[in-house]
Amino acid sequence: MEEQLVVPTMAELAASDKLPEVLFWVGCAGSFDDRAKKITKAFVKILHKSGVEFGVLGTEESCTGDPAKRAGNEFVFMMQAMQNIEVLNAYEVKKIVTTCPHCFNTLANEYPELGGKYEVLHHSQFINQLLKDGRLTIEGGQYKGKKITFHDPCYLGRANGVYEAPRELIQKLDAELVEMRRCKSNALCCGAGGAQMFKEPEAGNKDINIERTEEALETKPDIIAAGCPFCNTMMTDGVKNSAREGDLPVLDLAELIASAEDL
Amino acid sequence: MELHFGIQNILFLVALGLAAYFFAKNFGKVWRNINLGKPVVRNDRPNERWALMTRVALGQSKMVKRKVIAGFFHVIVYAGFLLINIEVAEILLDGILGSHRMFRPFLGPVYDAAIHFFEILAVMVIIACLVFLWRRNVQKVDRFKELKGWAKRDGNNILYIELVLMTALLLLGAAEANIEGNGVDGWIVSSQLAPIFSGMDQGTLHAIERFAWWFHILGILAFLNYLPYSKHFHIIMAFPNVWHSKLEPAGQFTNMESVKKEVELMMDPNADPFAAPAEGDATEEPSRFGAKDVLDLHRVQLMNAYSCTECGRCTSSCPANQTGKKLSPRKIMMDTRDRLEEVSAIVDAKGKFEEDGKSLLDDYISREEIWACTTCNACAEACPVNIDPMSIIVEMRRYLVMEESAANPALNTMMTNIENNAAPWAYAQADRANWINE
Repeated sequence: MEEQLVVPTMAELAASDKLPEVLFWVGCAGSFDDRAKKITKAFVKILHKSGVEFGVLGTEESCTGDPAKRAGNEFVFMMQAMQNIEVLNAYEVKKIVTTCPHCFNTLANEYPELGGKYEVLHHSQFINQLLKDGRLTIEGGQYKGKKITFHDPCYLGRANGVYEAPRELIQKLDAELVEMRRCKSNALCCGAGGAQMFKEPEAGNKDINIERTEEALETKPDIIAAGCPFCNTMMTDGVKNSAREGDLPVLDLAELIASAEDL
Repeated sequence: MELHFGIQNILFLVALGLAAYFFAKNFGKVWRNINLGKPVVRNDRPNERWALMTRVALGQSKMVKRKVIAGFFHVIVYAGFLLINIEVAEILLDGILGSHRMFRPFLGPVYDAAIHFFEILAVMVIIACLVFLWRRNVQKVDRFKELKGWAKRDGNNILYIELVLMTALLLLGAAEANIEGNGVDGWIVSSQLAPIFSGMDQGTLHAIERFAWWFHILGILAFLNYLPYSKHFHIIMAFPNVWHSKLEPAGQFTNMESVKKEVELMMDPNADPFAAPAEGDATEEPSRFGAKDVLDLHRVQLMNAYSCTECGRCTSSCPANQTGKKLSPRKIMMDTRDRLEEVSAIVDAKGKFEEDGKSLLDDYISREEIWACTTCNACAEACPVNIDPMSIIVEMRRYLVMEESAANPALNTMMTNIENNAAPWAYAQADRANWINE
């Protein structure tokens, strides 16, 4: 067990009449997936370091419904969405930050019509704001000169046009940002989107994550950066497949920032 | 200005009238077919839409974004098409009025400059068409390999027609350069071609000039009528299609109103589950969830199908396709158009659509294709005219899941987990905050 993190839930905060500045939407991967939990914790450390008052829903959080909606199950999505919106509105949530682009897209774009209107940010955008406001400073020493390539998550990039926030963070680390052949709006999917994460791929001649990882390897990176827990899993599997496990880490933006600050 | 109204003009008017009639008829049918789809609101934010159409359709902004060689030559053909149409306007007026190059006396040197320019454009269009034919048939560029049969022939036909039309335009000028007393010495390109006809007697030259003139304009009128049967229809449909683009973020899927209503009823403790439907509701025909056939799609999705020029930028950027899966977004659009044409024939024959035992799903698009999509939006991003193949795939998933309960089994497990324990995996919701203390 690492050192104990202090993570207040919205229920606890409400009990003492507090409204935090922002709700951290952890997401299913961030709550349950062992790899993604590390991303969650890294982001919590950044929030603490920056003095951000935040809360999580804890056991009151539910899947946003994203994978069900992409798979075509609008009923399950709608049930999830309406329950979540009731909970969020009950806590008078105004601003949400999440480390998952799928949660981000669903909360930001699909909830407003259903009565859930919040300012929603991906953690790469939120951390950038913290840096801009001077609430967080980072020294890139440990990454100086390291080649980092960033894999654009579809639901952050093409789906919502957020291409620069993650790259600005990498550049703040004094690292050398190297772009893959297909990047930004032209980026290749990792293969997990559209509920593919939860099924085997259809018959083909290659897995999408292998194709994408090979493209990342062409840039001869020291680190592959990701901004989505699902992309992270796919790229990590791709790196394992190429027998580079151990010397080529796949790290989330939050982990890069947190480790730069020895958090 | 001399006018020689005679039998040629009457023939011309007849040809023009027939061409206009048949084009209007076929275009009207396409418009009717598009309107067989479900209504959709896509006329909000008109200023943004006009700007988008100007940039993407008129300005070809997405054409040159990635495929640089194809984009460059396409812009040449496109510019040729737009500008040479100014000369076609003159040809039409000449044909109707019996005049000859009627703009020339008014415009003088400006006219000659314009024709010089059009002739250079015509040569560039010829070069571009040759490059395109080479890319399709000799170099066999990857994204064209999927095209077979009519789709392949259609692509080549268009290029042959354009080659012939441009050649006729240049030969017209070359013949005129040899005709005495018309004040034409040939323009920049046709003067170079003029020696082909030198030494011929004036009667033959007049005949050649007339032949080239008629060939060019009849060719254009025939080409116009070829459009509704061809991928080349995109030269018209690209404009309304881009105007009707989805303006929301690409990742935003539609929320289904019908499902929302049902879930609201379920969650409302005051709702009376046995209440009679409100006045008016009962007359509404129950429609299906999602799409099984083309008539379940909305109008812009059907317009998308008629706007597709089968260039394959979508397919060549599709992660599923590029790793050997069956899914091809271009095929989704071509299938939608083919099926809609089939439905159109039924509507023509019977006055309305009657079930023919076929549907877009299964008879055209397989379930394997539908489930291979990662919803990554690369197809829509790559499309130069903002076609959205993914939205059709999602509607078919909705049909499969909500009407047939025919989801991929692994996805059923995921969806059951979300229903039971609010996560796609089988972890208890009570354990959701365990990470804090681990």
